[in-house]
Amino acid sequence: MATSSKNITTAPSNGTGTTPARLEVLKTYKIYIGGQFPRTESGRYYIPVNAAGRQLANVCLSSRKDFREAVVAARAAFGGWSSRAAFNRGQILYRMAEMLEGRKTQFIEELLLQDSNRRAAEKEVNLAIDRLIYYAGWTDKYQQLFSAVNPVASSHFNFSAPEPMGVVAIIAPQDTSLLGLVSVMAPVIAGGNTCVLLGAEKKPLCAVTFAEVLNSSDLPGGVVNILTGQPDELAPWMADHMDVNAVIYCGQDTALQQLLRERSAGNLKRITIHDVTDWEENEGQSPYFIMDTQEIKTTWHPVENIAGAGGGY
Amino acid sequence: MAVQKKKQPRRSNTIKLKFDTSWTYAPAPESRSVAQIAPEYDLFINGTWQKPSSGEYFDTINPADEKVLSRVAAANEKDVDKAVSAARQAYDKVWRRMPAKERAKYIFRIARMIQEKARELAVIESLDGGKPIRESRDFDVPAAANHFFYYAGWADKLEYAFPNRQCSPLGVAGQIIPWNFPLLMAAWKIAPALATGNTVVLKPAETTPLTALKLAAILQEADLPPGVVNILTGAGATGAAIVNHPDINKIAFTGSTEVGKLIQRAIAGTPKKATLELGGKAANIIFEDAPIDQAVEGVINGIFFNQGHVCCAGSRLYVQESVAAEVIRKLKHRIETLIVGDPLDKNTDIGAINSRQQLDTIHRYLAIGKKEGAEMYESSCALPRKGFFCRPTIFTNVAQSNRIAQEEIFGPVLAILTFRTDDEVIEKANNTPYGLSAGVWTDKGSKIFNMTKRLRAGVVWANTFNKFDPTSPFGGYKESGYGREGGLHGLLPYLSLR
Repeated sequence: MATSSKNITTAPSNGTGTTPARLEVLKTYKIYIGGQFPRTESGRYYIPVNAAGRQLANVCLSSRKDFREAVVAARAAFGGWSSRAAFNRGQILYRMAEMLEGRKTQFIEELLLQDSNRRAAEKEVNLAIDRLIYYAGWTDKYQQLFSAVNPVASSHFNFSAPEPMGVVAIIAPQDTSLLGLVSVMAPVIAGGNTCVLLGAEKKPLCAVTFAEVLNSSDLPGGVVNILTGQPDELAPWMADHMDVNAVIYCGQDTALQQLLRERSAGNLKRITIHDVTDWEENEGQSPYFIMDTQEIKTTWHPVENIAGAGGGY
Repeated sequence: MAVQKKKQPRRSNTIKLKFDTSWTYAPAPESRSVAQIAPEYDLFINGTWQKPSSGEYFDTINPADEKVLSRVAAANEKDVDKAVSAARQAYDKVWRRMPAKERAKYIFRIARMIQEKARELAVIESLDGGKPIRESRDFDVPAAANHFFYYAGWADKLEYAFPNRQCSPLGVAGQIIPWNFPLLMAAWKIAPALATGNTVVLKPAETTPLTALKLAAILQEADLPPGVVNILTGAGATGAAIVNHPDINKIAFTGSTEVGKLIQRAIAGTPKKATLELGGKAANIIFEDAPIDQAVEGVINGIFFNQGHVCCAGSRLYVQESVAAEVIRKLKHRIETLIVGDPLDKNTDIGAINSRQQLDTIHRYLAIGKKEGAEMYESSCALPRKGFFCRPTIFTNVAQSNRIAQEEIFGPVLAILTFRTDDEVIEKANNTPYGLSAGVWTDKGSKIFNMTKRLRAGVVWANTFNKFDPTSPFGGYKESGYGREGGLHGLLPYLSLR
């Protein structure tokens, strides 16, 4: 990268090795809370380094307090988001796909900086776009698969339908910068939840840039909040927080899995673990992932039984 | 001591809607300038515009001023054959082989482009069909876009829709649609057919072809592979040629029960499948405990929406005797306030009747109603001198056996009957060969569910009427046809399950 910054760089290489005529403006990688891009309140940062030894950026090392603020934002957004028409949520997810498609090259370049090759990077971005469209299609359909009208024996109309759990804390897959994050986030918000998402620690660039996609997609602020930092540090606070309804952990650290399960007992958070899911394959998408953060509500209503006419004709 | 409960007089609002002031609505016409209508349209076959082999064209007029809007091609058997073979080619070589998620993206594109061109489509819909711009703008066009959007999402999810079955498309679908919701019906037909992997030959109604032809232009712009959707204009003979074409696998028809029966006879003995959305004579039932003002609004919407050109229109009102006088009085007041006139005026409630032929049919039924002894009451509003218009009309003292209570009029004409008990109204409401929809107005939830169970109709609205959603299946019982459009169930008519 031929800029004045030898180490920390975030923009694509021009590949020529010559000095450009103007100095490049570097992007500050900030976190995303309540539709705003603050820096971490802690003032801390870390510098992820790629395989070639390049320092990627000064990335926010989010704190417990950042997480708590993000939960407040997510909770505040939950009522509005969950009561949006399912169709409208679908339109917004589709809009995200449109926005991501338009910024494709930016993401490919970031993925290249984060140890991907061009072919893999293009594939990852395309898959991420298609995945958003996939869940855009589910927002008004999964209810039709997972609901039931229950033929109870008494004279009642009885039906069960899924409803979102509420605020979901997510530790995104650590091995991909974009696809994993999109794959775990989309089913959560498609189902009407709001979330706080911790991006990949070592590959955080796309998480932050994806927040910019969200910010221009008609997605209300607070529905998705994105932090960068260390899973080990934030996981206990996620599990402890009494206003978080569910936690999704993507990773194979069994000690962390156990910690999440134990400490989530405080308010019986629902825990979902993705430890072997291959996000590039078909197994990386499913309406059952939406159901991971849904409750089932059953409603009873009496049916009057007074007229003799049976409607036989 | 037993306390005699004093009977509370029924609280009801007796204020008459007062519109006889000097205050009037200024005209608020939507501009026609956004509507680009070509002087002549050819047939949309294999992704291109092709001249009709007969060389014949027919006029499509604006029913509000009887002026010619454009000339459209009349497709004959030869054109149908060309369109079917284009659809077959596209099915075999492109559409069925395309990965489902890519198919989905085409359909999403169509939805987006309809949204982008919504205003133009709405104006053309009102010009060509006579419906109020408020309805085409706020209902027809957005509902059409949403229908494409909904079914786009299903394309790569069919494996979840029908557990333990393998889905495959049927092949080429021949689709014939009516003139009451031209673009929306095209969406209802095309969207699920494409999502499930079928290709299409569609014929819009002869009086309202323009929005379907605009849709053809959108399909071109969306780069939909040639032949996947073919749009042929024409009258009954074109429809018959589609129905009888041997290489068509599926017929989807929305229209009259009479033609629906002809279609079933025509395809008997062939492997063709059919979906039929036919006529209706919906009962709209008001119980004495209903919120009366809300019910009156619902009844007005139920019968006067789209000039009553709605197969599921609430054309029979059953009102419980104890509240009949009040409901009838309020209905009479309310129809006085309905604005009949220029479909492009944003204040208009009731636009133009779709064609002279349909206006004649309505007038014939008004004469029959009076002859049968029912009392006719129509709004006193003035009608425009040119164009096909009809005042909102209600009949009281209607007997169950009267033709205006039995037959579909398809116009702004409401027949009012009364009842005393639940049993009676269920018997009366179900006493019709139709079974498309019904309405129930009551404050008592348990009564609603009792009624929805006993009414023999495909859609039952409770304390609402004429509501539609892409996720919600629509279709009839009995002679209102079979098959469902919308929702998960709307996929089934276009699939073969193994």
